[in-house]
Amino acid sequence: MADTKYTKDHEVVHIEDGNVAVLGITAYAQDALGDLVFVELPEVGASFEKGDEFAVVESVKTAAEVYTPVSGEIVEINDRLNDEPEAIKISLEEGWIAKIRMTDDSELDALMDEAAYNEYLETLD
Amino acid sequence: MGAELHMMQDAKDNQMEDSQTEDSQTGPVLNNGTRALRYEEQLLWEREFHDTPGVDLPEPQGMPLRTGDALREDVGLPQVSEPEVLRHFVRLSTLNYSIDHGFFPLGSCTMKHNPRVNEKLARLPGFAHIHPMQEESTVQGALELMYRLQHYLAELTALPGVCLTPAAGAHGELAGMMTIRRAHEAAGENETRKIVLIPDSAHGTNPATAVICGYKVRTIPTKETGRLTQAAFEEALYKTDPDGKDVAGMMVTNPNTCGLFESDIVGIADALHAAGGYFYCDGANFNALVGKVRPGDFGVDVMHINLHKTFSTPHGGGGPGSGPICVTEALEPYLPIPVVEQDINGAYFLAREKSRPETLGKLRGFVGQFGMHVRALAYMLSHGADGLKEVSENAVLNANYILSQLKDDYHVPYDGPCMHECMVTDKLQKGETKDDDVTTLDIAKALVEYGYHPMTTYFPLVLPGTMLIEPTETETKGTLDKFITVMMHIASEVRAGNRDQFHHYPQSAPRRRLDEVKAARHPVLRWSSDQA
Repeated sequence: MADTKYTKDHEVVHIEDGNVAVLGITAYAQDALGDLVFVELPEVGASFEKGDEFAVVESVKTAAEVYTPVSGEIVEINDRLNDEPEAIKISLEEGWIAKIRMTDDSELDALMDEAAYNEYLETLD
Repeated sequence: MGAELHMMQDAKDNQMEDSQTEDSQTGPVLNNGTRALRYEEQLLWEREFHDTPGVDLPEPQGMPLRTGDALREDVGLPQVSEPEVLRHFVRLSTLNYSIDHGFFPLGSCTMKHNPRVNEKLARLPGFAHIHPMQEESTVQGALELMYRLQHYLAELTALPGVCLTPAAGAHGELAGMMTIRRAHEAAGENETRKIVLIPDSAHGTNPATAVICGYKVRTIPTKETGRLTQAAFEEALYKTDPDGKDVAGMMVTNPNTCGLFESDIVGIADALHAAGGYFYCDGANFNALVGKVRPGDFGVDVMHINLHKTFSTPHGGGGPGSGPICVTEALEPYLPIPVVEQDINGAYFLAREKSRPETLGKLRGFVGQFGMHVRALAYMLSHGADGLKEVSENAVLNANYILSQLKDDYHVPYDGPCMHECMVTDKLQKGETKDDDVTTLDIAKALVEYGYHPMTTYFPLVLPGTMLIEPTETETKGTLDKFITVMMHIASEVRAGNRDQFHHYPQSAPRRRLDEVKAARHPVLRWSSDQA
């Protein structure tokens, strides 16, 4: 998908509607974390700068911060993850973490597209 | 369901296949929930028998019950006789695994033998029966003991200011970082220095401590070499200020949690000091250095010492921790109080705010875990300076022996030699498909089956599937060889394709494979009578 971008930290951004982006984590990240037991969601209305931690995902092995690759304001969160953290594994459509209204969509240019991300994964252990 | 049926159900639930319980839901339970002499232990509440009270006291007359009449009913305190309650706790204790049971190679935890001479001395009535509120003149011996412990810790770390009060390692970290913050406050720089640098291999308590102290954590990557490099450090130091003036300090464990000595540490400490930051060293791994290297000599400003690791006081459920901190002369005025001092007449006293006006204050009641101070000093004196040096030498030797024996069977991400612990991963045990993988968790569970406490798993976080093995110096070569044989056997079974068994271990432990995910998602945190 041309409107889906990836980061080296395995976050995924899907441009939904103009300047609103859906934030989540990639299948690689889910696999590395193992079964998730808790997702700490941001609050609607909270503002984040690019690179800020906006959520925490916790598995039986570890807890990992999730960083937003774009600056903006959270407009919606996926409440379902409160009761069903495992939903994050289904797909980005089901298991997205939050939606953010971007303040600077040029920040997307620095991110990888799917092909570049897959190439990047090849370089990892 | 009655209490007896409960026992039976529990026994069945735990797959204790005993013919006497197998097919009877209603008949008498003959085996008391046991298999041979191993009991399936219940909660005391489930054992409650109202006709066998533990104590038989008359109802108080003319005054209300302390817990209130009705409340006492609600609380439903279990009524069990003295032998019942004694057996309950003795049986529970047999389900535990401790350093006194067997080898306990839990990396980063330094599960070494606690010499019994320490226990003997801690039980001397003059130490065991004093009260922290006694007049100082009546506890001069105890104060002298703490004074001498402070002195030896200062000698071993080359950090002259010592405070014994922190009650555990993480508490020591907090005390240490609060001391640094207090120093920045005194210099008027607390508002501008807001960042603490921490490598990604750190113990989780390090970033937690920094955040509690109001700092922002900046992580330094170490994945490439397993070590902190000067370049990576300086990149982090100067990231948002060309002179690093927004950095309050760094928190580094040396040797680090991969079991490697931070070889760039002197240059890193110099750069940090030039920028005005302080170097906090996590003392968790001091067992690798004690008697050999003084942390003050490689630039440390503050360090906590886990008496319960390096100086062998009981821990891991066996006793309280104790986390004294040692600081440079420059930081000494800011230490928490009280600190033991000696006056010009040779009497010992607890120095408080009056003589230490710049102190950050009191962190807890009294002067720390005194019983642990006795044990730690006994350990130091029974070893002597040469003995302590041998402690670290043998701790490092033992870890390197294990590493050298396992390096062909398990993936070694960072070449040795290691320090007091060695790190391997489960990379070589990966299968063709994910279902075939024998993971670090599977290997740990297999060790339980084979009668060993597992190593530390999935820590440090720098790489996936890490296993951190810390044998400590107190194990014999024979013990290490047996452990190595088991680890090699596991690896050879995996190579031979006998992978499935590893997904079902342990089979013989009091509990089999637990559902960790369910336990985390739907934890049962307390028993309620509804469950009866």
